[in-house]
Amino acid sequence: MKPETSHPDETPGWFDRKENVRKLLMGLFIGCGLLVLIDLIFLVTGFDKHPYLKWEQWPGFYAVYGFVASVLLVFVSKYLLRPLVKRDENFYAEKSNTNPVKGGSEDV
Amino acid sequence: MFEAIPPAVIYLLGALLVPFLKGRFRQAFALAIPLLGLLNYTAITEGVHWTVTLLDFELVLGNVDRWSLIFLNIFTVLSFVGILFIINDNKALDLSAGLLYAGSAMGVVMAGDLLTLFLFWEMLTLAAVLCILARKTVEAGKAAYRYLLVHVFGGVVLLAGILIHFATGGSLAFEEIELSGPGAWLIFIGFGINCGWPILGAWLTDTYPEASVGGLVFMATYTTKTAVFVLARCFPGESILIWIGVAMVLIPIFYAVIENDLRRILAYCLINQVGFMVVGIGLGTAYSLNGTAAHAYCHILYKALLFMAIGSVIYRTGKSKATELGGLYRSMPWVCVFCCLGAVSSSFPFFSGFVSKSMIMSSAVKLDTPFTTFVWAVLLFGAAGMFLQAGIRVPFATFFSRDSGVRCKEAPLNQLLAMGIVAFLCFCVGTFPGMMLYPMLPNPEASYDPYTVAHVADQFAFLFFGGLAFTLLIRSGLFPAEIRATNVDADVLYRRGGPFLYRIFDRGLNGANRIASALFIGVIAKHVCNFFESGASRMACWIMTPVWMMQGADSEQIEDNRQAFFRIARKGALPIGITASCAVVMLGLLSLIFLLEK
Repeated sequence: MKPETSHPDETPGWFDRKENVRKLLMGLFIGCGLLVLIDLIFLVTGFDKHPYLKWEQWPGFYAVYGFVASVLLVFVSKYLLRPLVKRDENFYAEKSNTNPVKGGSEDV
Repeated sequence: MFEAIPPAVIYLLGALLVPFLKGRFRQAFALAIPLLGLLNYTAITEGVHWTVTLLDFELVLGNVDRWSLIFLNIFTVLSFVGILFIINDNKALDLSAGLLYAGSAMGVVMAGDLLTLFLFWEMLTLAAVLCILARKTVEAGKAAYRYLLVHVFGGVVLLAGILIHFATGGSLAFEEIELSGPGAWLIFIGFGINCGWPILGAWLTDTYPEASVGGLVFMATYTTKTAVFVLARCFPGESILIWIGVAMVLIPIFYAVIENDLRRILAYCLINQVGFMVVGIGLGTAYSLNGTAAHAYCHILYKALLFMAIGSVIYRTGKSKATELGGLYRSMPWVCVFCCLGAVSSSFPFFSGFVSKSMIMSSAVKLDTPFTTFVWAVLLFGAAGMFLQAGIRVPFATFFSRDSGVRCKEAPLNQLLAMGIVAFLCFCVGTFPGMMLYPMLPNPEASYDPYTVAHVADQFAFLFFGGLAFTLLIRSGLFPAEIRATNVDADVLYRRGGPFLYRIFDRGLNGANRIASALFIGVIAKHVCNFFESGASRMACWIMTPVWMMQGADSEQIEDNRQAFFRIARKGALPIGITASCAVVMLGLLSLIFLLEK
């Protein structure tokens, strides 16, 4: 990813290098995989989680809930809430302001 | 051992004296006040202390139980951290406002009667307004004014509630109140305005982003949490609070996703987390109330850390929007680390949020009804949303993401130190809750162990897959773009509704005023005035006109006569003969009327 404003004399930071970002992503994917694996081990060994609800005993329940909740949250906000409530950035600016900044939000 | 004094007194005196001091002496003094407060805290014991008689009322400045002590503990810790955070600028207004804020909040949690509570409640508003004004921008001035209006309204509602409650036979003691009758309901709503309830709490996300960098640390710590405290004391187990809490957990988190201002994102997440506490109060079990107290404690810590980190960024760059920031890990590595620690503290095992949030959720699910299971599911959803926003997106957009090109210095040492202390506390409380947190909880018999293998594994899975969803959404471009926009929230009611009402009243009332003015002053008053001034003279002229005609005067003469007679009559300078004959005529008329009446 190229920096949008140039600081060409800088050495790129650790997170600017693609291989490092890839390492981080791999770490995340492996972590997720391991956590699913742990849940499967619980299932196979019949480990009692002492759940309050029977769903909590299902393997991957929390993983699925976390994932689905996040995606649902983002989609509802993006496709339902934003069209409803989005206004220009200067929505609350004073009416007497004779020179409103134009195109604040629409041009993105 | 020394005698403790009311903590509010220490802080309020400090706030009053700070402006009179200068330079290093002022800094040392401002830092000494919270340290004194901390020392004083260690000497405060449970029981009723410090009663003052005012008129016929007995004000109780110290009604101390386990509830007040745990809140007093975290309030005192945060007062030191907050003052340390702003000490480098050494501004009298900021320091005074901070101390006043802390002192008032402590006054509320120590109050033993509703009048004392109200007094400190209003002081909280004053302190918050000063914290916003300390930003010294035009927008901050307007926001402070809005904050003042909303909270003065809230204060009036609360006062009306207290008075009606008292007048209808209620007690002025600050204790559990049954939610029936207008007095109790008004108190309930007055508390709710400060607590950030849906619609009533729109002031929070409206004004927090305009506050001064340091002032917001105090605002985020004290106002909503004192409201949680008073709700827990007066209305534990009111089931309507569960619904209110659920709405607080759910609605703001959607707004957070599409918000651009980082401090407003955090403010939405703050309401979401206060919603957990309100649910805990509504459930009203020993476990859930413990959860509320514990979560208030932990949430104050990690939210202060997040607000301080973003505050440092604003302090150095002057920017607060996600669209203007990014890639700051190069310039502010330490702040980046502390922000990430704050983010992690909101949910991860071994940090503070983990050991308290789950207390409330498990207390809901323990009740084992379909409704409480639904509440649990919503709370779990809210926890995911909160982690996605405050936990991932805020640090990501500020310190990583694309490089905004902004370069600045690392935050000042005192700010780093303040963040370091809080980060350390987040870790200690999260890792050793049995030592640092649980012994302080209001119901010690309701014990809780968050560190079971299954719970930790489940929580990691929950958070990792939330993170995975964020990563996939960002990389696929599905995550909503950061947009410079205003998202209309309930504050539109007063920000647009206020001016709208103003225009309606301007047109309506001023219009009525103009018509009334034209009618009464321009027409009626003029004629009445004319009548009393010259009406009698004019009538006399009409009466005399036929007399002059009979005397054979022509119209010109009659006009001359009339003008001369009018002048004389107006001055009341008629010859005695005419006056006398008029009197005779008048007497004759009166006699006639008298006879006719008979």
